[in-house]
Amino acid sequence: MTTPTFLGMPPFPVTARAALSDGQLRRNLAGATATIRDRRARSVAELDDWEALRAAGAALKDDVLVRLPELLAQLEANVSAAGGVVHWARDAAEANAIVTAIAESHGVAEIVKVKSMATQEIELNAALERSGIDVWETDLAEMIVQLGHDLPSHILVPAIHRNRSEIRDIFVREMGRVGRPAPAGITDQPAELAEAARLHLREKFLRARMAVSGGNFAIAETGSVAVVESEGNGRMCLTLPDVLVTVLGIEKLLPAWTDLEVFMQLLPRSSTAERMNPYTSIWTGVTPGDGPQEFHLILLDNGRTDTLIDPVGRQALRCIRCSACLNVCPIYERTGGTAYGSPYPGPIGAILTPQLRGIHRRPVDEQTASLPFASSLCGACFDACPVRIDIPEVLVHLRAKVVDQPGHRAERATMAAAAAVLRSPKRLAAVQALGGVTAGRARRLRLRGPGWIGGWFRDRDLVPPARMPFRRWWKERSR
Amino acid sequence: MAIALFVTCLADTLFPRAGIATVQVLERLGVEVDFPSAQTCCGQMHFNSGYRREAAQLAAGFAETFAGYEAVVSPSASCAAMVRHHYRRIDPDLVTPPVYELTEYLVDVLGVTDVGAYFPHRVVLHQTCHSLRLLRIGDRPRQLLAAVTGLELADPTHPDQCCGFGGTFAVKNPDTSAAMGTDKLNDLTTAGAEVVTSTDASCLMHLGGLAARRGGGPRFVHLAEILAATR
Repeated sequence: MTTPTFLGMPPFPVTARAALSDGQLRRNLAGATATIRDRRARSVAELDDWEALRAAGAALKDDVLVRLPELLAQLEANVSAAGGVVHWARDAAEANAIVTAIAESHGVAEIVKVKSMATQEIELNAALERSGIDVWETDLAEMIVQLGHDLPSHILVPAIHRNRSEIRDIFVREMGRVGRPAPAGITDQPAELAEAARLHLREKFLRARMAVSGGNFAIAETGSVAVVESEGNGRMCLTLPDVLVTVLGIEKLLPAWTDLEVFMQLLPRSSTAERMNPYTSIWTGVTPGDGPQEFHLILLDNGRTDTLIDPVGRQALRCIRCSACLNVCPIYERTGGTAYGSPYPGPIGAILTPQLRGIHRRPVDEQTASLPFASSLCGACFDACPVRIDIPEVLVHLRAKVVDQPGHRAERATMAAAAAVLRSPKRLAAVQALGGVTAGRARRLRLRGPGWIGGWFRDRDLVPPARMPFRRWWKERSR
Repeated sequence: MAIALFVTCLADTLFPRAGIATVQVLERLGVEVDFPSAQTCCGQMHFNSGYRREAAQLAAGFAETFAGYEAVVSPSASCAAMVRHHYRRIDPDLVTPPVYELTEYLVDVLGVTDVGAYFPHRVVLHQTCHSLRLLRIGDRPRQLLAAVTGLELADPTHPDQCCGFGGTFAVKNPDTSAAMGTDKLNDLTTAGAEVVTSTDASCLMHLGGLAARRGGGPRFVHLAEILAATR
């Protein structure tokens, strides 16, 4: 099975335009995000201390980021003491090589996977396939994406862009090629689709000797790793195979076991709008005779320490991957996640992806550079974020980084000219007078032109400059 | 002592009636209004687009122009939010007088919700993002509109969703911006209003621009103009 990647995607305005013209996608997304948005709002409103919880979540994560070296060393010591093996990966290539080597050392030809953003980020599936190892996503939505040769478009619900009749078609067409086929005569009823997935996956769970997961949290104090999920398929992977490999971003740490209490309230309500998620698996190293007998923990940097150097941008590392910001984002709702060209879509993706791709150290490519601008700065994401990441603040901060990169000559000239006019009341008055005369008695402007002019006037008219601007009215009145 | 009006570069140039109406409402309530003529722009467009140096120059100009006034009042939630929330990120030492969006000043400082206006039309309020999520002015515009004689207030289905303007977002991501605006326009007009109003001329410029291209539709009137209207 070949896995598509985000590599080489065009900048956001281009991908967004394509997505906007897909009526089915717009309907699927509008329905799904509206539903989950309302449910989240209700579930959050149940707690009197939600704002205090958010503040606690932010403070705990900030503490982790400040003490990261110390806490990572503590985690490594405790995982090792519990019989696990800790690996350090600077980037995606190193992490993928470690997973591949572990698989090869066991002669494993197939791997079952727990839903994981870290492994999406490093494009592990494509790397394993290049080494001839089959890898099966077992989260229902990830499986739909994988079977559909598709890209994930949401952090929590990666197949959110698909409706159930599309899912039925994918199951009918693809399941038989990689395992147990979908039952004959299957309809698009959710129960039938779930049953088809269950039967298809059960074969893979019972056969697999190695699993790969990510982790929602790792507890430095105890060396434990936690995975939070809804389906139980993750737990199958975490308990049935002999070998378990967990790829964990280094920012996923929590200092102490008791800190989980805050996040186990914040995460389910923010992501699935549930008071409590159905399955929470927590394990510490290996337990003889029970579960995997070999446990590897790969601690992944992949741009995280580069992000940590930036005092404004580093708050993105508080993210617990809940997706609340995606669900409330009016841009995400209309373009979907694939438009962002990264497994991290939506507002958090717009600030996380450029930082993980090194924007603080070097100029980034055009697609990456377009991400911080994929926002109207409406602020809904900041209000929804359970760890109080001020996403608009970071977006604007990253825009300044992009503008400081080489290029953007036309835009820079436009903005410099605008500033020159706006710095001087005299020049502003002169431009107003010129605009008023030029527009004459037109009731609205409808111009043609390149760049920003074309952008505005493609779908919009503009009121003409006033023949009597305010400052002239004031001056004449004061006479 | 007089308050200073910060009319904003946008209202000054394209929507002077919003500024004139602001003066009329304030003067009707006995407030002495001054217009420091050195004022230009708060720097929001440059700041939000990443042009920090230009934004810093404009912010310094703003601080200098309005120094010494007891208060500044502006018919724009977005520009008031720029000064109050973002200036400290440009220069922590920058000092400005308190800057109020018009409805904040009326309700919170003057303690007035009935400004004696008469506007016999069915009106829908577009609540702007920066009024809701930066200034947190809540239902102050609604309180003021509710007290206007003859005015009938219509309710949109998604009152807190962005209209898609977003400053340079409107031209850097024109398709997404227009898609958001079209949805917003549909929501506002489904409410069955003759007039769309808002605390920000920028959102009205965008929504009005879309409506004009489409042809027909409601009128777009700044909130200050409704509050200034009398029998």
